[in-house]
Amino acid sequence: MTDIDIEPTETVDARGAACPGPLMDLIGKIRGVESGAVVELLSDNEQSLTDVSEWTEESGNDLLEVVEADDHYAFYVEKA
Amino acid sequence: MTDHIVIVGGGTGGTVLANDLADRLGADIDAGDVQVTLVNDDPDHVYKPVWLYVPFDQREPADGRRRLDELVDDRIDLRIDRVTDIDTDAQRIRYRDAARSVEYDYLVLATGSTLAPEEIPGLPEGGHDYYSESGAERLREALLSFTEGHLVLSVVGTPHMCPAAPLEFVFMADDWLRERGLREAIDITYTYPIQRVHGNPHIAEWARPLMDERDIAVETFFNAESVDPDGQTMTSMEGTDIEYDLLVAIPPHRGVDLIAEAGLGDDGWVDVDKHTLEATAAENVYALGDTADTGVPNAGSVAHYQAGVVGQRLASHVRGRPPTAIYDGKTLCFIETGMDAASFVEFDYEKPPSPVPPSRTLHWSKLAYNESYWLTARGLL
Ligand SMILES: Cc1cc2nc3c(=O)[nH]c(=O)nc-3n(C[C@H](O)[C@H](O)[C@H](O)COP(=O)(O)OP(=O)(O)OC[C@H]3O[C@@H](n4cnc5c(N)ncnc54)[C@H](O)[C@@H]3O)c2cc1C
Repeated sequence: MTDIDIEPTETVDARGAACPGPLMDLIGKIRGVESGAVVELLSDNEQSLTDVSEWTEESGNDLLEVVEADDHYAFYVEKA
Repeated sequence: MTDHIVIVGGGTGGTVLANDLADRLGADIDAGDVQVTLVNDDPDHVYKPVWLYVPFDQREPADGRRRLDELVDDRIDLRIDRVTDIDTDAQRIRYRDAARSVEYDYLVLATGSTLAPEEIPGLPEGGHDYYSESGAERLREALLSFTEGHLVLSVVGTPHMCPAAPLEFVFMADDWLRERGLREAIDITYTYPIQRVHGNPHIAEWARPLMDERDIAVETFFNAESVDPDGQTMTSMEGTDIEYDLLVAIPPHRGVDLIAEAGLGDDGWVDVDKHTLEATAAENVYALGDTADTGVPNAGSVAHYQAGVVGQRLASHVRGRPPTAIYDGKTLCFIETGMDAASFVEFDYEKPPSPVPPSRTLHWSKLAYNESYWLTARGLL
């Protein structure tokens, strides 16, 4: 995995979940954290690439980084 | 040695499984080699799909209730009690109303979903639902006297029971209000948390034009954050406000706490292998129906098919054979598209759904299935 210096407050492991599971898991987690917290979402669903960026844009939250690992993506979203 | 199989939850999945095991393992149970206990916290079995029809005054909640002791085979030990603790290392569970804990050889969790409207501030006071018996009755009262204004159906979160039911509700409400000459005076809006009207893209693609045709307004990417019951407004995480006169919500769902406490999965859903339905975090534990986190819809048909798979696997275990039955994701669903038409979908892990054109025949098939459900629960159908 690429080195990044983002310290997530929470991690949601949605690997193996079919769409829209990963996005819904992310939304559920964002709901419960404080503003400024960073949620890391792990997903192996290709659809998450568009789902997550579309939602963060719509909701005003910040998609800080998407990191591609061997068999999944890690999305870092900061709550607005 | 007697093998003790304990099934927690006597809803659709647990009841079908208990009767399936009575059938499969009848001789072993009679010989004292196997004992099957079904524990449910209510003496009644509840068939939830009836609730969809209650707000439209077409069914009574009592139509969805039967005594479990009338549905479950006599060879099953039926216990009306609540399981309050699971220790998967010691293979023991604790009942609320018993002093001593009980050992199991195989445990099946079929505890279903619970509603958590309190997670959205203002929702319990401001919103209605038809996902509970009392909610459906209260909504009936509100809907029968609703003659003008804005009806909002909001899907607050997923997963939730029966992903088709929110679509069914708006299609039925649209038709029902037209028949009563009230549709002109009532606007309908449907909200959904993601960028389309249903989690499954194929069903969303099918449903969206039907909604447009019928003037059902759609608000996607709407994740309800709070409800103001006095101002009759719902606000989303995405910053959208919707004013309503009658709010019908699909509240957030959770499993039961004891599953999370036992370390079997988050939010009360059990992490399982989606083919074998075996819990990933413990030996000799299965989960089925809404409780099993497989990614397929939380539907009674799913619970039914999964019960058949778990029944076969347990029978193999008991007989010392390697279990081979697997769940392929099979889901069947009738989708009401009005008061007298319905569509139908069938899909699995590999094959996506493709809803068929709505017809009266399918609507009557859905009603006929609802009537014959009691034979399904008994294991006869
Ligand atoms: C309005 C509505 C319409 C629906 N329509 C359809 C439809 O048309 N088709 C379809 O396929 N599905 C439909 N469903 C979904 C279907 O009802 C559920 O998916 C199904 O009931 C799930 O079965 P289950 O066995 O997992 O859980 P349930 O049937 O919910 O049973 C769980 C049981 O476990 C008991 N329990 C929980 N915790 C404990 C404990 N600790 N100790 C003891 N007992 C416990 C509960 O009291 C309950 O009896 C609908 C649901 C709703 C709400």
